Amino acid sequence: MDRVPILKLGDILIVSIQIDLQDQSVLALQEDLSEQVVATGARGVIIDISAVEIVDSFIGRMLATIAGISRMLDAETVVVGMRPAVAITLVELGLSLGGVRTALNLEKGVALLNHIESVQIASATR
Amino acid sequence: MAGELPVNSNSDVVLVRQHVRTAAIEMGLSLVDQTKVVTAASELARNALVYAGGGQVRIEIVQKGVRRGLRLTFSDDGPGIPDIQQALTDGWTTGGGLGLGLSGSRRLVDEFDLRSAPGEGTLITVTKWGR
Amino acid sequence: MGVILSIPADAGRRRIEELLQENEDRVFKRWLEIAGSASGGQVDRSSLASQLRELYQALRQSFGDSGDLSDLRGLLAELSRTRARQGFTSTETAIVVFGLKEALYESVEDDASPEALRGFIWFSRVIDDLGLFTVESYATAREKVILDQAEQLLELSTPVVKLWDGIVAVPLVGTLDSARTQVVMEKLLQILVDTGSEHAVIDITGVPAVDTQVAQHLLKTVVAARLMGAECVISGIRPQIAHTIVTLGIEFGDIVTKATLADALAHTLRASGVEFTKSRGSRIAVRTVED
Ligand SMILES: Nc1ncnc2c1ncn2[C@@H]1O[C@H](COP(=O)(O)OP(=O)(O)O)[C@@H](O)[C@H]1O
Ligand SMILES: [Mg+2]
Repeated sequence: MDRVPILKLGDILIVSIQIDLQDQSVLALQEDLSEQVVATGARGVIIDISAVEIVDSFIGRMLATIAGISRMLDAETVVVGMRPAVAITLVELGLSLGGVRTALNLEKGVALLNHIESVQIASATR
Repeated sequence: MAGELPVNSNSDVVLVRQHVRTAAIEMGLSLVDQTKVVTAASELARNALVYAGGGQVRIEIVQKGVRRGLRLTFSDDGPGIPDIQQALTDGWTTGGGLGLGLSGSRRLVDEFDLRSAPGEGTLITVTKWGR
Repeated sequence: MGVILSIPADAGRRRIEELLQENEDRVFKRWLEIAGSASGGQVDRSSLASQLRELYQALRQSFGDSGDLSDLRGLLAELSRTRARQGFTSTETAIVVFGLKEALYESVEDDASPEALRGFIWFSRVIDDLGLFTVESYATAREKVILDQAEQLLELSTPVVKLWDGIVAVPLVGTLDSARTQVVMEKLLQILVDTGSEHAVIDITGVPAVDTQVAQHLLKTVVAARLMGAECVISGIRPQIAHTIVTLGIEFGDIVTKATLADALAHTLRASGVEFTKSRGSRIAVRTVED
């Protein structure tokens, strides 16, 4: 079974899915990420799926679950790089990924996390 | 071209996705249609594994006039589906899933045929036609 | 009659093969005439002649090879393909094949032997089969030509333009069918990725009407874009179209719609952090806000 490496960049965790994952690997990633969010106190998680050729309901659920868990641990999740064919297919499948933030690419994902944080700080200090 | 693959483990599901992708490319399906049919295959293969303890899929290229199509036939000897209408409803699940595997797959292909009865296993045939 | 029927089939067939060889020049010349007049002025004589020459050789070859017609069929399929592409009708194409019967008949008549007559019946059947095969290949080729053209048209009628840094627009003009909408939308999503644009305007001012399927495709595109991290605005919805969408019960939900392309552009510029200030006169100053 393959395990997806988790990178730490400042206070952001970055996961880049590069291969066709079997279901157990998907579940393992879900667990590893929640552990890492707690262990590192990360404020953001970026899941890069630009190399992913299909997202079915199992991976879709994992993405939503990670976003939900991270939010409870006070971290935002951004899914970046979804391919057009994957997005069109997900819509047809009926998956909306409610609650998951998305960005076109890694750079914009990082910018989005920074933006969210600055808004949070601004409203907290008001 | 036709081939039959077993679906007895999680890694078999990955193999099914890869073989369906290869056949879809060989058949000349557009990228979006490839993605749709591979996604449907992933859902149906997982169902055979999870709900029936395993099964198999037959992958074949079929012809109708000038159009070519990719046909996938999933079969298993599992418990079968008691209420097919219900199983095909968005959100219906007995396994704690999202309940979009069957209903979603049906939307992703051009033809969808589900035969099942309690104790008699499940047979699902889907076809995606080239444009 | 009895005499003719007692001729063994092989003998008739052999006689035809001989006639095709002995009278080659005559038969071929006549065939070229028939085929040439059926093709009008659309095809030049020398290329027709070399095409027919090849067919003639392949036919005689196949008779020698104990009736293996595969080479000949290959040539006929090629002939059908080129003719379908050049715009010949199926009749004009089939006559090329059927013309060989008439061309050979004159030699059979002169020969006047029972073998030749018996053989000609067999020969007619062979040519009929080949003719039908030609018509079939023609139909297949023609269908392919039409499909290809439809695809090219789709490509041509799919403009995606950059309005601003990070903003693209698709001005749709003319009747939208489900296939065209799908192609346009796929192209739009790909451009969002390629250009890193987070905003898109789909302008349907030039679209007279939409049906349920097209409206659904537009909607699904907006949702798909969102999954990718981009926002779409739909502009130029005519009253009739708005009416259709509402009567069809299609949920446009929280999708932003604007009356005109200009309104949509203003909205997206604001959303992407560009500020307008209207200063003295009609000058418009634009300032991009850094985040
Ligand atoms: N091959 C099968 N054998 C038996 N039951 C099945 C099979 N496939 C699907 N089902 C039943 O149909 C339900 C819906 O399946 P699906 O739409 O894939 O959603 P999910 O897998 O998320 O539950 C499953 O929960 C299960 O009860
Ligand atoms: Mg399922």
